[in-house]
Amino acid sequence: MQLDVVDIDRCVGCQVCMFACTRRQNIAGLSKSCIHVRSLGGMERGFTVITCRACPDPPCARTCPTGALKVRPDGGVLLDAGKCDGCGACRAACLIGAVFWDDAANRPNICIHCGYCATHCPHGVLELVKGPEAAHAGQ
Amino acid sequence: MPANDPLRNVLYVDLATGASQVRDRTDLFAARLGGAGVAARLLHEECPAGCDPFAPENPVVLAVGPLTGLFPLASKTVAMFKSPLTGNLGESHAGGRSAVAIRMAGYGAIVLRGASPAPVYLSVDGGEVRLKDARSLWGLDDSATAGRIIRENERGAGLRTIMRIGTAGERRIRYAGVTTESYRHFGRLGLGAVFGSKNLKAIAVGGRRELPVADIAAYRALYEEVHRAAVDSPAMKKYHDLGTPENVRPLNALGGLPVRNLQAGTIEHADRITGEAFAESYLGRRLACAHCPVGCVHIAALREPHPAEPYFYKTSMIGYDYELIYAFGAMLGVTDPAGVLRLIEEAERTGLDVMSAGVVLAWATEAFGSGLLSAEHTKGLDLAFGDWQTYLKALELIDRQPNQFYRDLGQGVAHASSVYGGREYALHCGGNEMPGYHTGPAAHLGFLLGARHSHLDNAGYGIDQKALADGTAPDPAAVVDKLMAEEQWRQVLSSLVVCFFARGIYSKELVVRALAAAGFDLDAARLDALGREIYRDKFAFKFREGFKVSELALADRVHRTPAPGGPVDKEFIAKALRRFEQRIAES
Repeated sequence: MQLDVVDIDRCVGCQVCMFACTRRQNIAGLSKSCIHVRSLGGMERGFTVITCRACPDPPCARTCPTGALKVRPDGGVLLDAGKCDGCGACRAACLIGAVFWDDAANRPNICIHCGYCATHCPHGVLELVKGPEAAHAGQ
Repeated sequence: MPANDPLRNVLYVDLATGASQVRDRTDLFAARLGGAGVAARLLHEECPAGCDPFAPENPVVLAVGPLTGLFPLASKTVAMFKSPLTGNLGESHAGGRSAVAIRMAGYGAIVLRGASPAPVYLSVDGGEVRLKDARSLWGLDDSATAGRIIRENERGAGLRTIMRIGTAGERRIRYAGVTTESYRHFGRLGLGAVFGSKNLKAIAVGGRRELPVADIAAYRALYEEVHRAAVDSPAMKKYHDLGTPENVRPLNALGGLPVRNLQAGTIEHADRITGEAFAESYLGRRLACAHCPVGCVHIAALREPHPAEPYFYKTSMIGYDYELIYAFGAMLGVTDPAGVLRLIEEAERTGLDVMSAGVVLAWATEAFGSGLLSAEHTKGLDLAFGDWQTYLKALELIDRQPNQFYRDLGQGVAHASSVYGGREYALHCGGNEMPGYHTGPAAHLGFLLGARHSHLDNAGYGIDQKALADGTAPDPAAVVDKLMAEEQWRQVLSSLVVCFFARGIYSKELVVRALAAAGFDLDAARLDALGREIYRDKFAFKFREGFKVSELALADRVHRTPAPGGPVDKEFIAKALRRFEQRIAES
């Protein structure tokens, strides 16, 4: 299963998804969020939701020099924090900007496609969908 | 409160030098939670008695609360300052991303002191605090342009707030506001003019961090409860669907909508400016404040042909709310929805408070019609109810201040009517222009007696409505007691910076539990006591600055134009004021 942005037009920019993501990791606040909502250059233009799109051949994993990112069979990547040295190559490799950074821990925040954010989206913007082929870059 | 909660950090910035320091003010937050409670204490500490609102000594305090960033709907920032409009307590609340951004930057409050010698904006990026040169932004025609330029020069898109003023604030129009996230406002009472007096064009604050909670499992369980309540609540659905403009239709039907400077309580063709009409013809987008699932902010898309070029169109995205439709619609006799939107857009451009500007123009229209004002005063404008094109020009002149008359209008309706006459229809309470409720005595009393002169701090409209529905004659003392009790509880909510739209969700019982999750141990009785203490703090400031119950009065017009339950009786108001005087002295 993969996280997908299914209806960006309904996004009101409440950022409830961002808070949900950090909370799922048993922390309050935004430090661990793997999803980001920002305006498209001013609130009047609406919003973009930046999430991992589960690339079939993810550049973040390819570029990781320590092998800390492993491609998930279901799409997306998994972080082995023990192997990560915080070099930031993955973040630089992700054109979408979906590799977020935990400054305090100096580690990337990597979406695991659990769908917890989608269960909290009040306006039907996010969904957990089946299989890599179903997901699209709905950002 | 938890020892490691960054809420305790108060950021003090000296605008004269750019020096800043962070102080541990656990004492304040432990005693007053945050928001209005903490801001009132900081105002007492910082603002010298009798200080000129435009003097560098007048501070600006911005405060958030312990639930901000932890729970949904605790998304307001409380600003406190001495108001240049009333010369007394200035308190203004705004949402947008402001509260979450201040909390995520690691602060519970920000105190701005002094004045900068040249235009600056304040940039707070977590622990990095800088004053930046804003000389190139000063005087920009459209305040939104300044917002965009700062947006492009600062980090942290999505995680920051940008609060800015327009030319009205720069020119110290006494009801200029501060705009945040393009569509939210610290309106009323002239915070924008105080920014202007400090040469402060804008504040950008952002950050991203974690917050401590005592018991993560309990916190997560409670979060789900609050989230579900917010998402499933019918009240919240109302605010999402039509938003506050939903009130236009029932208030007009009731006869409680102030029309043409309160010469009437209903308006013909009201159906053109109802929440339904705006939604059907103009609604283009909804927005939410950060960490609020509701999304009550309604933005209209206004598409207009270009005057010079055929097949060329301009589409503007303009925020609208009930109070704006009241002030630039009903109050000015404007029922062309495109006209209302154009007027709002003009006020946004310069950063004027819409409610005050609407009431000021409504007074001016009547004064012009009755011959107190001439075309010489208005610089040739024939002010007439319903003529929004002329009002558009008048708004521009209020901002530009080309002559003494417009300089007087820029000081509010109380001042203008003291110079030119027409005080009997100058609709203000203690110098602050009236809000859009002529539902009966309680609405006016609530506004008159409120700790911040805000229609939002009181339950007056609700009390009037209940009396009408029950067919009972209200008792002045009982109305005052109800207003005071409600306002004291709302001090607690505004110290938690919970949006008042969510007051039905944040019951006392839920507040106790949410505070426990945030590491604050207070029971319901303590919360009640705290509400009374904060209320007293605010009135202590008001009395110190010259507030006198004996000087309170409603404009004659309020008594003459019948409210839904009949005329607002002078004797009723007098009795209520006596009751209030006695109660406030006891407290």
